[in-house]
Amino acid sequence: MITVLATGPQTTVQDVRGRPGRADLGVGVSGAADRRALALANRLVGNAPDAAGLEITLGGFAASFPTSAVVALAGAPAPVTVDGRPADPHRPVVVPGGSELRLGTPPTGLRTYLAVRGGIAVEPVLGSRATDVVAGLGPAVVGEGDELPVGSAPADPVPGIDLAPPPRTDGTLRVVLGPRDDWFADPALFLRSAWTVTDDLNRVGLRLEGPELVRAEAFTDVELPSEGVVRGSVQVPPSGRPTVFLADHPVTGGYPVIAVVVDADTDVAGQLRPGEQVRFRRVYR
Amino acid sequence: MRTRPCGDTGLLVELDSLEEVLALHADLAADPPSGTVDLVPAARTVLVRVAAAADLPGVATDVLAREPGAVRGRAEGEVVEIAVTYDGEDLDDVARHTGLDPEEVVEAHTGQTWTVAFAGFTPGFGYLVGADDRLHVLRRESSRTRVPAGAVGLAGEFSGVYPRESPGGWQLVGRTDHVLWDLDRDPPAVLLPGTRVRFVRA
Repeated sequence: MITVLATGPQTTVQDVRGRPGRADLGVGVSGAADRRALALANRLVGNAPDAAGLEITLGGFAASFPTSAVVALAGAPAPVTVDGRPADPHRPVVVPGGSELRLGTPPTGLRTYLAVRGGIAVEPVLGSRATDVVAGLGPAVVGEGDELPVGSAPADPVPGIDLAPPPRTDGTLRVVLGPRDDWFADPALFLRSAWTVTDDLNRVGLRLEGPELVRAEAFTDVELPSEGVVRGSVQVPPSGRPTVFLADHPVTGGYPVIAVVVDADTDVAGQLRPGEQVRFRRVYR
Repeated sequence: MRTRPCGDTGLLVELDSLEEVLALHADLAADPPSGTVDLVPAARTVLVRVAAAADLPGVATDVLAREPGAVRGRAEGEVVEIAVTYDGEDLDDVARHTGLDPEEVVEAHTGQTWTVAFAGFTPGFGYLVGADDRLHVLRRESSRTRVPAGAVGLAGEFSGVYPRESPGGWQLVGRTDHVLWDLDRDPPAVLLPGTRVRFVRA
């Protein structure tokens, strides 16, 4: 068990897998916004891939550990201390019983993942411990004073690793054009423009600022019947300003999707913060 | 039937009618293409989501080769009865749009069997299609920020019931106490694709 002392702007319980295969219930996938980072943190403490951890948005998280634990941090590189002493992300860290772990604000990135050996053992809902903030599924958003259960230690040992290299990114997201690129007068404008991430950003998606993506003449004032969308779908409402869907996106969307970020790069998108610039590079599949 | 790309883990299949969507969805659900993770039917499309390592061109070939017939078995299924108090805020507007009077709107809503075409928007929300088009109306011009749980609405060719309080732009004709989403049930949703529904006056 760990006791949450501070949450920062938002902390949720997440796992890597979420709830795939439940679209017939109107339930989206959800799960960590940066699955790669949570997967790494889990590996660093010897957890199973489906173990739940904490997704900490813009740092500011603190917790006390009544008993000793092995933890690891990955994702946005928030400075971390254990009882005031600096510790390192991207490697296993032993937290002695009775001590406090605190995160500062990450200088880059948005979401830091904390894995605890044994996993955050809240009750799964529809097969996952992920909090879907829009659908209201899974555990409640983590609050100050919450006591989070930790599961028993897995069979796998803590790997003998000094430091896992952090992933590199150049601010470019790979996209496959479509399914509705033909709805726009100049779909290439989307590819050749630099887009600024706005502060209209949450686990559902991030709104981008840039040139207006005008509809093709044939599709002006046409309403799109709602259709299925995926994590990474870039939906363009009538304002012409695109939204990139993230983990808690709705199952269907009612505006045309000009392009879809490739699945692996949606983890990169989950780390974009307001004010950052992003470009899209076309790939074919 | 034609396909459109949807990233590296999806394929959007376009069809000409909701009937074709339901038929293809039933066919794919009974025998999913290799690597399928999720099927998302909607008004004119079925989204096939596949695992990251799946052979997407192979999935496209598989889907396009299918010739789903009419959806069978629907008529024999159980009919869920939903009791509605018809005092919705938009009942008069719906009457105006459809050329019916409010009483005729209620008669049209209770006088046909509805079928859940697909789910979406929020957990447990089923898009219901009726047997006739008397109640086809546009969405409200502006969305409500709060629609209460149990609100019964109309939009386009669909009727639906809000499983929990949420924002929404549907024309509200009534309300029900029927619980449509309950995690203590398996499955938690009442309105699954294919389920038939009769609305009755509470």
